[in-house]
Amino acid sequence: MTTCSRVSRRQFLQSTATIATAVTVGLVGAPAIVRAQGTSVKLGVLHPVTGALSYSGQQGRLGATMAIEDINAAGGIKGLGKIDPVLGDAQSTPDGGTAEVEKMNSAGVCCIVGGYASNICLATTQAAARYELPYVVDVGVADGIVTRGLKNTFRFGPGFGVISKTALANLVAINDQAGKPAKTVMIVHEDTLFGSGLAKLLNAQLPQSGFEILETIPHPTPTRDFNNVVLKIKAQNPDLVIPANYYNEYVLLARTMQQQQVKPKGIYSVLGGAASSYKFVKEFPDAAQYIMDCNHWFDPRNEKALALKKKVEAKGEFYTYEVYMNYSCISLVADALARAGSADRAKLTEALASSTFSGHLMPYGPTKFVNGQNEGAAPVNTQVLDNDIKVVLPATFANAKPVFPRPA
Amino acid sequence: MLSPAILIPAVLNGLLIGAIYALIALGLTLIYGVLHIINFAHGALLSAALFAAFFAYRLLGLDPYFSVFLLAPIFFALGYGLQRFIIGPASHGDDRNMLLVTLGIAVIIENALLYAFRADTRTIDVAYAFRTIDIGVTFLAVPRVVGFIAAFLVALWLWLFMTFTDTGRAIRAVAKEKLGAELAGIDVAHIYAVTFGLGTACVAMAACLLIPAYYVNPSVGEAFVLVAFTIVVLGGMGSVPGALIGALLIGIVESLSGLFLGESLGQIGIFLIFIIVLLVRPSGLFGARA
Repeated sequence: MTTCSRVSRRQFLQSTATIATAVTVGLVGAPAIVRAQGTSVKLGVLHPVTGALSYSGQQGRLGATMAIEDINAAGGIKGLGKIDPVLGDAQSTPDGGTAEVEKMNSAGVCCIVGGYASNICLATTQAAARYELPYVVDVGVADGIVTRGLKNTFRFGPGFGVISKTALANLVAINDQAGKPAKTVMIVHEDTLFGSGLAKLLNAQLPQSGFEILETIPHPTPTRDFNNVVLKIKAQNPDLVIPANYYNEYVLLARTMQQQQVKPKGIYSVLGGAASSYKFVKEFPDAAQYIMDCNHWFDPRNEKALALKKKVEAKGEFYTYEVYMNYSCISLVADALARAGSADRAKLTEALASSTFSGHLMPYGPTKFVNGQNEGAAPVNTQVLDNDIKVVLPATFANAKPVFPRPA
Repeated sequence: MLSPAILIPAVLNGLLIGAIYALIALGLTLIYGVLHIINFAHGALLSAALFAAFFAYRLLGLDPYFSVFLLAPIFFALGYGLQRFIIGPASHGDDRNMLLVTLGIAVIIENALLYAFRADTRTIDVAYAFRTIDIGVTFLAVPRVVGFIAAFLVALWLWLFMTFTDTGRAIRAVAKEKLGAELAGIDVAHIYAVTFGLGTACVAMAACLLIPAYYVNPSVGEAFVLVAFTIVVLGGMGSVPGALIGALLIGIVESLSGLFLGESLGQIGIFLIFIIVLLVRPSGLFGARA
């Protein structure tokens, strides 16, 4: 009992002293206390590092922590000190993500970065909104994430609408250039928000561009066998197969297609979980060859992006989009914190909303947030060529020409 | 959709995956036939066996088809010990207690796996995992063909063991008439444990045949054991040929319902059969009428 009362008296004295100090320098309230403690600023880093999405989640965490290490090594954020990451595991489910948001809020983070999957981001951004806690979505592409009027939610990367529009325009361009060899399409998508949403958009837009959709096949995540799906593809023999799913299923699908010797004129993914992955290309080069993807990708002309690639590869890891997108998002938050000059949530939200950040690694236009969406964000088209991933469109960033249809 | 070019490969795929189901169901039906309990720990033991096969490959470099010869005896011993020292004593000879004890063991094993290895999905990458055999109408995956042959060999061995060995005769005697067997000098507790051990060894074999083309996580066994329960009901509780033929049928049904109803709804067919069998022929295809 005596110990208890001593500690609480000490705490009381400490906080009184803190408030007294704050009042002396003319600042009152929570941000002042944070500043008085003064050596670090807490930042939530939330990814699905276990469960079905664990690989992508771990890659995302890698990118975020590398960015934080770099920022801290350079002296942290001016006036606020070093970034103290609070790591969270969404366990590949929206519920898991929401629980972590609650914990991070209690831990007193100034902002959360991450989420990865669309369904997780939808839940976590909403949970964070209750505490007016700024949230920067790292990947989650469903448009619903930024169209609900949540003032705390920011997405640095592109959403479905922009991605599917770009993907379609680029598909038509590639097909036209090759003399229109592709007319029929089959879509294979995972059945949560990400895959279903994309399939719906493609179903609405592809026929307008003269493509005939033979069938749209949904599947759950995880799926343990793609034989039936591949049999359907084999029977209908489409010119193009468009997969929209996460890494494990994408690899299983591509390998089963190779196994069953199904060779369409092209595999054109939109946000294909594995099609723009060095891991996939290295582990299964035959299955990956000539696959095209419209996806997030780093700016191949950006020195910083190339330097990070070397650093990630030196760690024995793959330079996947989760890595550089999270790196960019953390840099974005650090820039906003420096401009806000405070870890106060309202001030940080304001600083993020007015951001024109250009120190990122992505091939984007000028950063400008409208309703939380970065209007400068855009995907690029990549293709697996000679065991490497090349950018084939848009021409301004391209380092190779598309090979289509796939050589026999 | 109804063209033979799709239907034949789908049926063949179903047969191949059915053979793996058969191995899991054989263990379950054997334990039921003798101990008259549904072993709820079967799925958790399958997860544990998959982890064992995974780490045998990752840490010791043992090919799963080789480690089957190591893991089957280890899991036999594990099953024997579980029945002899935990399930038997804890249930005080009451069947309902046994049921609850196996349920408790399932919870403990699954959570121990979750604690030790987290919820991550792990796979191994062996060279033959995605090899195929061209049989004209379709390509058959090598690991599945191996599993198919192995399932038949195990069923045959089990049948021979039960028919021609003294232990087999003792198992059958205990299954038919426990008190009579005891009076004839058979150690019933030992035979119970041997049967549980055999059932667990079947699970270990299934795991080794499954792992080359499949993945493992702590809850992976659940999906299989639900299917195995259906097979045991379809084939008849306690019947070895029933488990084998029931499993092949269920494999085909699963494959075809996946084809026609889509992957998201593929398992509906299995559970429809479960309900229909319970309504129309509760004793199953090969089960003795109660």
